[in-house]
Amino acid sequence: MPNPSKGAIVGLGVTPMGKIYGRRAVDFAAEAIALALDDAGLQKSDIDGLLINANIPNDMDPRTQMVLGLENLNLINVMSAYGSTAGSMMQYACMAIREGLANTIVLVYADAPLSPSRGAGQSYAGPHRFPLGGMTGLRAAYGNFGANPEYAMAARRHMALYGTTEDHFGTIAVGQRQWAQMSPWAQMKAPMTLDDHHNSRWIAEPLRLFDCCLVSNGAVALIVTSVERARDLRQPPVHVLGYAQRSPGDNLNTARHPAIETGAKHAGEAAFRMAGITREDIGTCQLYDCYTYTVLVTLEDYGFCAKGEGGPFIADGKLGPGGALPTNTGGGQLSGYYMWAFTPLSEAVVQARGQGGIRQVPRNDFVLVSGNGGILNFHSTLILSRHAAGG
Amino acid sequence: MPDALSKPMPVPDEISAPFFDGARDGKLMLQHCVSCGMWSFPVRERCPHCFAAALQWRQASGCGTLYTFTVMHQVMNPGFASAVPYNVAQVDLEEGVRMVSNIVGIPNDALRIGMKLQAVFEAVGDNVSLPKFRPIQG
Repeated sequence: MPNPSKGAIVGLGVTPMGKIYGRRAVDFAAEAIALALDDAGLQKSDIDGLLINANIPNDMDPRTQMVLGLENLNLINVMSAYGSTAGSMMQYACMAIREGLANTIVLVYADAPLSPSRGAGQSYAGPHRFPLGGMTGLRAAYGNFGANPEYAMAARRHMALYGTTEDHFGTIAVGQRQWAQMSPWAQMKAPMTLDDHHNSRWIAEPLRLFDCCLVSNGAVALIVTSVERARDLRQPPVHVLGYAQRSPGDNLNTARHPAIETGAKHAGEAAFRMAGITREDIGTCQLYDCYTYTVLVTLEDYGFCAKGEGGPFIADGKLGPGGALPTNTGGGQLSGYYMWAFTPLSEAVVQARGQGGIRQVPRNDFVLVSGNGGILNFHSTLILSRHAAGG
Repeated sequence: MPDALSKPMPVPDEISAPFFDGARDGKLMLQHCVSCGMWSFPVRERCPHCFAAALQWRQASGCGTLYTFTVMHQVMNPGFASAVPYNVAQVDLEEGVRMVSNIVGIPNDALRIGMKLQAVFEAVGDNVSLPKFRPIQG
């Protein structure tokens, strides 16, 4: 029997995503919040809490409140553990609501890095992002720019230890593209075969273009409230049953292996304990997928298979449409849109509500959501359900 | 003056100066904790292991093994436009420190995780050298 709900998601807003130029992050945020309010049947004046996910350029700061025209908030914070932040924000929102600090809290992520004059990779990790002072300058001097080489090195290590192959990574990418073709929000809809994956250009070996997430302009907003209040609102509530964080860090100590052993193991165990359910109850996973490898290693650390067996585990296509463990059913960050952990979280809400249309999974009682920040340094887990308690 | 096509060059600051001074003299200098005996990287005031403010610069052996690597194809900086494909590697030093560097003296397709490496020093400017690593036998 699951444990009681800790809070309820009652509104979801997702703006158009991708190469939408000339708008600021905060303007996308306002649109997402307006969509979420409409979705929930609430007014802007109902909002009494605002949690903002800090983005890379840090242009979503506390002054966002004034741009949005929100008044008399009882809770405001800009939060950051990079890509794991959405889970942390959900924890904070649920705890604040249960403590009576606020009752209607908006969670928002917005970013607008793409411009017509600069490619996606440059937008996210170009020279403007790399200071040269002190030993920080070593990264650029060695040509180690952004997350691509770091995740490539993690994936390479996994391949060498366990025999994981490009086919395994490609199978994840292909499955998610198939999901994306069924999502109205997804940026990448063109069909993709395993050959297409293998023929896509190298970014950082062993990662190819189709192993890497998109870069998106856009915003996602959610509205969280108490379990009691959620009953009277427009949408079927999505209950937050479990949450946990685990951030392994990385002290560049050779005794530790953060590239292979992520925070998903401990956070997953803790979140399942809190929710009072087991892995077998999960009908769909929405996993942070900055790279194909991230999906594979996260599944291992959640215990869906043994460490090192992620490749063979997913090889039958079980993550794709019709598979036994439908995962990243909106296309994820690889083919859907890149809004940090608001990508998996937003799709989890859709699936838990049963509003996935042709991509709706058959078992949506319990949804597992992961967030991952930095180079596998920070991790958050959420367990969502359409049930308040009692299955 | 570096032009737009130069590779980015680190600018030593006060706390990192011993590392760069050492590299210029052909020495791999790392911080070693007098209190707990652990080595650390890249640079701090306080030991990340025992948290004592007892770090001293010492010369490391420069011996290590290849932990993992990538071959970069994407040009993220104009200074590397003519360098691709180039490798970026994590090297596990025998002192217990993992550092990012480049492997030299070997084709990228011959790189193997676990291979033994030795530090070498490459002058990248009048006053700046970078520790890199080359394979050694055994």
